[in-house]
This record gives sequence, C-alpha cells and structure tokens, in this order.
Amino acid sequence: MPPPRTVNAPPDDRASTVESTRSTVRRGKPARFTESGLGGLLLLPSVVVFVLFVFWPLGRTLYLSVHGNDLFGAPSVYVGAEHYREMLSADFGKVLATTGLFTLFSVVPAVLGALFVVLLLEARIRGVRVLRTAFALPFAFSVATASVVFAVIYNPAIGVANGVLGSLGIDRVNWLTDPSIALPAVCAATVWMNFGYNVLVLSAGVAAISPEVVEAARLDGASGWRLASRITVPLLSPQLFFLVVVSTIHALQSFGQIHILTKGGPDQATTTLVYSIYEKAFAFGSSDFGSASAQAVVLLVVMLGCTAVQFGILERRVHYR
Amino acid sequence: MKKFSLGRVAVYVVLGLAAIPVLFPIYYGFVGAVMGPGDLATYPPALVPHELYWQNITDVFRSVPLGRFYVNSAIQAGAITLAQIVTSILAAYAFAFLRLPAKAVTFALFLATLMVPWEAIIIPNYLAISGWGLARGGMTYLGLVLPFLASAFGTFLLRQAFLQFPTELRDAAVIDGCGHWRLLWRVIVPLSKPSIAAVGVYVFLSAWNQYFWPLILIRDSDFQTLQIGISQLNDAEVAQPGLVLAGVALSLLPTLAVVLFGQRYIVRGLTAGALR
Repeated sequence: MPPPRTVNAPPDDRASTVESTRSTVRRGKPARFTESGLGGLLLLPSVVVFVLFVFWPLGRTLYLSVHGNDLFGAPSVYVGAEHYREMLSADFGKVLATTGLFTLFSVVPAVLGALFVVLLLEARIRGVRVLRTAFALPFAFSVATASVVFAVIYNPAIGVANGVLGSLGIDRVNWLTDPSIALPAVCAATVWMNFGYNVLVLSAGVAAISPEVVEAARLDGASGWRLASRITVPLLSPQLFFLVVVSTIHALQSFGQIHILTKGGPDQATTTLVYSIYEKAFAFGSSDFGSASAQAVVLLVVMLGCTAVQFGILERRVHYR
Repeated sequence: MKKFSLGRVAVYVVLGLAAIPVLFPIYYGFVGAVMGPGDLATYPPALVPHELYWQNITDVFRSVPLGRFYVNSAIQAGAITLAQIVTSILAAYAFAFLRLPAKAVTFALFLATLMVPWEAIIIPNYLAISGWGLARGGMTYLGLVLPFLASAFGTFLLRQAFLQFPTELRDAAVIDGCGHWRLLWRVIVPLSKPSIAAVGVYVFLSAWNQYFWPLILIRDSDFQTLQIGISQLNDAEVAQPGLVLAGVALSLLPTLAVVLFGQRYIVRGLTAGALR
C-alpha cells in the first residue's frame, strides 16, 4: 500500500513550504548555501560584538597611541612614536619592575601554597571534604570585597594585622603607606584572593588521577613525599601549567585591589602597568589617552609574549595523560 | 579504627596552621559585620565579639543605597549572563554542526579575542560607549552590558560539549524534517544543560564581580554596581569598620550561594581549560 502522504499531500501552506525546504536540502548545492547562510546568521551576534568591542578597539588603541588628544579625549595631531619614547624613562621602568614583582610574588606563592595544601589533603585523613571546601572558600570573594576586608585588616590604627603584631610586642607597621611594605601587602592580599581558585583547579586534577596508579605506587612502597614528588606532582603538571599561565595573565591584569588598597601609592610603589594606564586615562580628571594607549600596547605585547614563552618552554616539560 | 600515627597528626597540625590565614579574612568579614565599635574601633582590636551588634546591618543601608546597588548589579550581571548564554549557544552550534566556509579561521579569530586583555582596549571602548551617550542616566545599563554580550570562552566550552553528540544525530534529525532550529533548542540544548549551567555560573560570577569597567563608566550613583558601591563605602566609612564589613558580608551572599550550590558547575568550567 502506498503511503497516503505522498499521494494525497494536504494542500496546506505550511506542509508545502516544509516540503519545498526539504527538497532544497536534498538537492545539495542550494543546501550548502543555506547551511552556510544559517551558520553566518548564528555567528552574527558574536561576530558583531567582537568586531565592535574587541577588534575595532584593538586597532583604535594602536591609532590613539600615535596621536595626541584634546581635552575631551578626541585624537588631534599625529605624534609618531612620541608616546613610546616617553616610556624610555625611569618612571616607566619602575612601573614595569613593579608589574614584574607583583606578578612574581602573587603567582608563585599562590600556586605553590595551593599545591602544598592539596598534596596534604591527599594524606587519607578524616574530614578531607570539609577541609577542601574550606580552603576553596576565598573563591567566593570578588576582588573588591576581598580588598575591602584586607583594607580593614591593614588599617594602621585599628586593624587586626597591627593588633596581632602589638600583642607579640612588635611595632606597628604602615602596611599600605610604607613604600617598602605596600607592594608585599597587596601581593599577600592577591595571593589570598587566588588561593581558592588554585585549590579548586588542583583538587579537580588530583581527583582525575586514576586510583590504580596511586594504589600501584603505594603497593610498591611509595608514600608521603616520594608518592607526591614521583607520582602526584608529575600527573598534576597539566593543571600546574594551566594555573601558572592563567594566574600570570590574571596578575598582569590586576586592578581592583590596587585601586582599593593603595591607589598606586605610596610614591608609585604599587603602580603596575594596568594601574598606570588607568591613572593616565581616567584618574583625577586626567585624559591622556595617547600615552595610556601606548602603555596599553605594551601590556598587550607583554601578555602575548608571556603566553608564547610559557607555552613554548613549559609545554615540553608537561606530562599529558 | 585507624592507627594513631605521628605523621597523621603532623598533617592535621600543618593543615590547621595553613587554614588560619586562609579562613581568617572570611571569618573576620562576617563576624566583623556584627561587631560593635567597642570591639573594632579600639586598639588592640578584638578577634571575638563581646556582643552581637546587629545595628551595622541596618546602618549600612543608611550610609549607602545598598539595595539600589543590588538591583543594579542584578540587572547588569543577569543581562550579561543571559545574553552570553544565548550568543554562545548559537555560535557553538554553528561551529560544531554546520559546514561553513573559513570555519577554522573564524574559530581562530574567536579564540584570539581571549588573548586580548580587556584593559588594553578599554580606552577606545570607553570613548565609544560614552560617545554614544551610553554612560548617562538609564542608558548606563546598556553601556555596562553592551561590550560583554558575547563570549569566546562560552562558545568554546559549549562547542566542546556539542561535539560530544554523534554527527548521526544531526543527520537523522535533518532527514526526519527536523530543522536545525528545532534540533538545537529541542535536542541539543536540553541535553547540554550541565555545560550551559557551567558557562552560566562562570559568566555570572565574572560579570557580578566586574570592577574596572563600571568604575570608569558609571557617573550617576543611582546606577552604581555593588562592587564599586562597597569600595566607596570603604572610602567613606574608614572610621567604622563594622559598617564596612556589614556591607561586604551582605554583598557576598549571592556569590557565596552560587559558589556553594553551583560548585560542581564551577569545577567543570574551571577545568575545561585545565584538562583540555
């Protein structure tokens, strides 16, 4: 019996359009066209956003970096490499050094500290789940809320940090206003902010290690330090690699904690590259968009360079399963 | 029962010591919120409250319009999250299932946006958004969300999830007369809920926690977001840490809830990059 559908197709508009689109789909060439047309349509919203707010501004940053601007920020005259020459100064050298120190001392302690804790949590003790959640809790804090808590703790007159020192008989420290203490103090706050994230990532990595491997190593007599250094850490190297890359990129972009805790001071001691961009372009009614854009280009190059170097050097030493 | 061992005790002791600096700021953020001036504004400051001083919680609403900040942040982060989920689903479907010309190049350009730090392009974006009048009055909401309506991260993560579906599924659906649109929303999306939730949680947290962009864009305090509001509270009430910490504690409740209840989605999102 022939299927009634093909013999007596209902003269219904909807059904016939469905039929016709289906037949174009089957014909091949027009189908490819509609498929890429549909694809273009689906990609359009994202492409529009990326072109308007990523790629065009990227070109615009380069353009602004070689132009002077009027009081309202509109680019005026072409100044060539002027803004880049300005950066060959001791001031900007200090900004770069501060950025490097900030990155080093916020990334390394946070990654090593989290690794240390996660390895200890592997020691088959009771309450591991509770402890792991506790160590991951800083993740719930935003940069702003964490910075404000640290601002209260670092308060020179009534803060807990000096209260603890006082009860130990140590003199008060001006945590955020002493030029030699401010950067370490901001780094310490940043380490705290990143700690929870690092613990989460490394714990997920440990959970993904096959229990048979660990069990086999234990049967062979490995435990404690040997188990950690020979088995767990090498198997965690993808996560460690990922954390170092992501945290470095994150540290280079840090802004909120510096804005809230020190405003780049004292005496520029905590002015990192991103903070310097902010200061030149937006702080105190300053709108030196040209110089700020030239520094933004440096930031871009530094970030791309770091990513490339880290991928180039570290990738080869990483153990992938 | 497990044997008592010196090593086990040592592990507990070391973990306990490590937990102090990690947990203290959290403890202090919440307990300080209900500590009175007698405990906080003295030297040396108390570590444990002598009395519970709930007045901070009500006073903070008198110092800054915290409720208004909450609403603003909810609108800003909610709009960004919804929009990024939708645009990422659409783009991920195209990358995962459709034959497109120059697909690899387009995908590479999407990923390239991840390598451009927002801080390096913030000046032209600021000039454009404020030039279009989107930093004034109610338009501020638009200015806050417009640059963040699409996400290469979300697209990448969802594409990975969509690629898990066998291509036969797509072919069968198309031959059955089920169009791409219905396939996407009736089959693919419902089956990808965990990945979509992971993107949602991640995007919501990063939008809610934004600092640089709202700081420079918002001129009218009626449209201030919670994060900037809290830092302004800190600047205004240096002498009253109890009030400041009350603001911090109240502003933490939504993200704390998201982190506690959405933890598995967070880990999923976090490790999407780590595990490859």
